[in-house]
Amino acid sequence: MVSSVVPVPPAASLADPAAVRADFPILGERVNGQPLVYLDSGATSQKPQAVIDAEVAFLTRANSAVHRGAHTLAAEATELFEDARATVAGFVGAPAEQLVWTSGATAGLNLVAYAIGNASVGRGAPASARVALREGDEIVITETEHHANLIPWQELAARTGAVLRHIPVRDDGTLDLDAAADLIGARTRVVAFPHVSNVLGIVNPVADLIALAREVGALTVMDACQSAPHLPLDLFALGVDLAVFSGHKMLGPYGVGGLYGRAEILEALPPFLTGGSMITTVTLDEASYLPPPQRFEAGTQPVSQAVGLAAAARYLQGLGMDAVYAHEREIAARMGAGLRELPGIRLLGDAEGVERVGLWAFDVEGVHAHDVGQFLDARGVAVRVGHHCAQPLHRRFGLTASVRASASVFTTADDVDVFLDAVSGVRAYFGADA
Amino acid sequence: MSGLDSLYQELILDHSKRPHGKGLGEEEGRVATSHQRNPICGDEITLRVRLTDDGSAVREVTWDGAGCSISQASASMLAALVAEIAEEERMPREAASELIDGFREALRSRGEIPLDEETFGDAAALSGVSKFTARVKCAMLAWVALEDALARA
Repeated sequence: MVSSVVPVPPAASLADPAAVRADFPILGERVNGQPLVYLDSGATSQKPQAVIDAEVAFLTRANSAVHRGAHTLAAEATELFEDARATVAGFVGAPAEQLVWTSGATAGLNLVAYAIGNASVGRGAPASARVALREGDEIVITETEHHANLIPWQELAARTGAVLRHIPVRDDGTLDLDAAADLIGARTRVVAFPHVSNVLGIVNPVADLIALAREVGALTVMDACQSAPHLPLDLFALGVDLAVFSGHKMLGPYGVGGLYGRAEILEALPPFLTGGSMITTVTLDEASYLPPPQRFEAGTQPVSQAVGLAAAARYLQGLGMDAVYAHEREIAARMGAGLRELPGIRLLGDAEGVERVGLWAFDVEGVHAHDVGQFLDARGVAVRVGHHCAQPLHRRFGLTASVRASASVFTTADDVDVFLDAVSGVRAYFGADA
Repeated sequence: MSGLDSLYQELILDHSKRPHGKGLGEEEGRVATSHQRNPICGDEITLRVRLTDDGSAVREVTWDGAGCSISQASASMLAALVAEIAEEERMPREAASELIDGFREALRSRGEIPLDEETFGDAAALSGVSKFTARVKCAMLAWVALEDALARA
């Protein structure tokens, strides 16, 4: 049930792109005298009015501390906060008690890595023994990782004596599953991977990875940042042990995200951050902890942001995630086909026969990504340039930087055409077509 | 001139395509080297400064690197400027530091302070960069490398 404080507008439909665009006030902005063509949703998505309104409504009518205090506003705020949890959990196919609020995916992944580290020194024993690492145990990741799903594992390996190994990516951007089958073995304790790479846009065969990990009893950790906003997600059905996503990439506010966990795994993990709101009894010598999800929610939570994120989830559900995914694939196909036709453009991860979201990274021969981005910006087209927090993957493709165009529900075929037209002028402008 | 053309002046594109001083000089005599990176976009520059034997004046700047046209052109323009001054007269260390300070001040001025051609040579064409705050670091990279190299020379 959603409290009457937060307005719930009627759902838009992707069959009416103009109506969807009208829900996103920022799309009315002009950039350098041109209408904004926002193709940087992979970095952060724009927010529909419903999300902005939900956060404003909470702050103006219900703001109060949650899970404490007996006054009316405290009860209202707590109800909205927990409603938001149920809504966002439902969006990813989970019951409310299996969704932990975080400040975002980076925080979620660090929470998991540090909780495993704590288990590895005996905290939370005996329940935590199943997630503890010992020297020589192996953590398997992929070569496609965003730094957020890489560095926490490097640090965990360094703290525990575990060995970090990686599944290589093939030239076409697909994960080498044969290599994965060889790598994932008796010593493997953790397998971490992205559902969709933030550079390649390919939907990875995560069910296969989960099956491989399950055979050897390894914990699976999935970065769902680039899938949660773009395709129907049922984490429970997928069978992944732990998964993270960021609110701001899925039409929601900054500073909020989710960590999903299978109940028995969350139960086994000791806390990472400790302090208020996550305890049952505290003495001067020790403390006992609440069950999940509160065990992992020490201190003040991003309450208004959670309420905003729930509005984002409802907005996406209103569009229908099957329709959103179909839209993503259309945009990906149009963009990919257009870029392939342009001379001097090299697409990263142009594998055939794969599912993908509306995201392409590419290299422009003879022009640095930063210059490409500047040229596109002058035409009102916002893209991401750089290594997109995936230096090892760029190195794998012999690059230090690329240009990335990424779509969202408000991206139209016209946006793609304006983008393609702008890209077609880049090499001539910089004299790279001679 | 459009906003974009005020950033990418012909001179900048020329320098980025046919750079001066590219290729590190020999490590002979009094030299110091600095490696600078822009982690946001991966631009990289290694710059080597050669001084007079007593260390009082700059004789030559050479560099190597990869990156956007602004960062590459800026390194080229800096090398050319140093070559020109060092050839015609002396370039005392202090003069080099003043040049770097002046360049930084102009680049951070959001278009308020232009770079004059008399002092900065071709690098004056980088004045337009100061209005593009996201690109100031690109233009500064080689100059920061020279500053760092001088500090250890």
